[in-house]
Amino acid sequence: MRFDLEIIASWIEPGSRVLDLGCGEGDLLVYLKEKKQVTGTGIELSEEKVVTCIDKGLSVLQGDINKEVEDYADHSFDFVILSQTLQQVYEPATLIKELLRIGNKVVVSFPNFSHWRCRLQLLFYGMAPKTKQLPYQWYNTPNIRVMTLGDFRRFAQKKGFHILKEVAINTQNKDKQGKIIHFFPNLRATYGIMLIGNRNNEKNIN
Amino acid sequence: MDNTFAIVEPKKFKSSQSLSLESGKILEGVSIAYETYGELNPKKDNAILLCHALSGDAHAAGYHHKDSTKPGWWDTMVGPGKAIDSSKYFIICSNVIGGCMGSSGPSSINPKDGQHYALNFPVVTIGDMVKAQKLLLDHLGVPRLLSVIGGSIGGMQTLEWSIRYPDFVFSAVPLASAQRHSALAIAFNEVARQAIMADPNWRKGNYYNNEKPGLGLAVARMIGHITYLSDDSLRNKFGRRLQDKKDFSFNFDADFQVESYLRYQGSKFVDRFDANSFLYITKAADYFDLKTQHCAEGQPLSSFAKAKAKFLVVSFTSDWLYPTYQSRALVKAMKKNNLDVSFCEIKAQCGHDAFLLPNPQLSSLISGFLDRMKKEFQLGHAF
Repeated sequence: MRFDLEIIASWIEPGSRVLDLGCGEGDLLVYLKEKKQVTGTGIELSEEKVVTCIDKGLSVLQGDINKEVEDYADHSFDFVILSQTLQQVYEPATLIKELLRIGNKVVVSFPNFSHWRCRLQLLFYGMAPKTKQLPYQWYNTPNIRVMTLGDFRRFAQKKGFHILKEVAINTQNKDKQGKIIHFFPNLRATYGIMLIGNRNNEKNIN
Repeated sequence: MDNTFAIVEPKKFKSSQSLSLESGKILEGVSIAYETYGELNPKKDNAILLCHALSGDAHAAGYHHKDSTKPGWWDTMVGPGKAIDSSKYFIICSNVIGGCMGSSGPSSINPKDGQHYALNFPVVTIGDMVKAQKLLLDHLGVPRLLSVIGGSIGGMQTLEWSIRYPDFVFSAVPLASAQRHSALAIAFNEVARQAIMADPNWRKGNYYNNEKPGLGLAVARMIGHITYLSDDSLRNKFGRRLQDKKDFSFNFDADFQVESYLRYQGSKFVDRFDANSFLYITKAADYFDLKTQHCAEGQPLSSFAKAKAKFLVVSFTSDWLYPTYQSRALVKAMKKNNLDVSFCEIKAQCGHDAFLLPNPQLSSLISGFLDRMKKEFQLGHAF
């Protein structure tokens, strides 16, 4: 499993109701079902991946995450997970608001655009950065909302939700291994992972 | 061909109970033709009901005789080691009431006068078909269904099951189906019914002692058949190719292969299907409407409020008779009612027919879903 997913999994409380947006082939949901006995649902766009997930015994819907989340009643889930997808969302503020409506807590992970490699490429080569985490050219990238850890904190403040937990990580080996970054995370982390909640959820911070 | 390994026996159940129908009429002495595959386990928690579509029957899998070359209508999906595995599950398939493949329908004999019912057979609904299936399952000693699976009109039955008998149905798999027919689907059904009723041999349904309304039924089948295919599949299969000739005949014989194919499908259907049953079953499908039948007033998405089942909904990209938006509407209503639902739209060229054709994606979806249902049913999760 991807290193960021391991961290996310460690945040999920046993027996909770989990929605995984862009669940891919369902690695995280399978892990959470087995290790934490969660009731899990996934949403995934690709037919092939949906078939793989359902074949593995997961409950998964094929569809666009922006549309699919609208149908759920308020507080349908304890945790909603949006891993490595926020950078591809057209209206992130609208989506996050919706996720905080259907879920009590939301986990968001995204590539950190202020990693030193990105900075160096822009500074010395004058090129739009291309990294292992953001491997596309400017003209074919699906990642239309590149952001930094700091950007996300400011975004949270402006849009009125709380960051309950925050971890910055540096990953290697196709994101399978990694370590938590404590010093200069905005410079050294390849990904940021945030647990967010509504302002009125403040008491729930553990 | 030696089919000895897969011989199945057609069975019949005659209920002593009368069935009160949605129309207010009573159907006495209901007969139901059915087949079973596999064994009901001691815990009785492995039963799966299959619901057939318009022209299907109780013969879903295997062969009736060792020399038979034609297996049941879903033999690619149902059998030992297949996606709906008869070595794990006890699988039941029955002919719908109103049909003509052994269950009570307009071609059956009315016990009151010893004549064929014809149009004296009461109009039945999808709900009535499901009530009849329930009589059969009670007779077979099935206390609860692990799953109910069906495509098209069979999918409507699975939905009806999940709402009418919520505690009886652990999971349901509606394929290429909808909570109600679109105006387009009703329109095609009406043209098909008109074709039958316009045949002079139809005689207001009383043709059982005379010649059958074969031409009308054949045209009805041809219309239906077109709606089960797609632009792509017709183009790939036939294009504009001519049938056994190099040039047009300049008369009204079948010049194009597609014409010849439809004529063949139409005439083949006349041999095995009853025209009145076609009227009854299409009407039942047109009447079906989960929204008006099961929604609370002013709450258009409450149709599944009573349901408890876990669902797998599947649609097919080229199906224009039961398009994906209808399956998505089902999924939306299920989600609004906090039900466990999985959904997949399978890429397929062959239109509505896709649910009946061999498809590895569909097989994986169904077998994976059933494996999960089996585990969760045994754990006693949902109830």
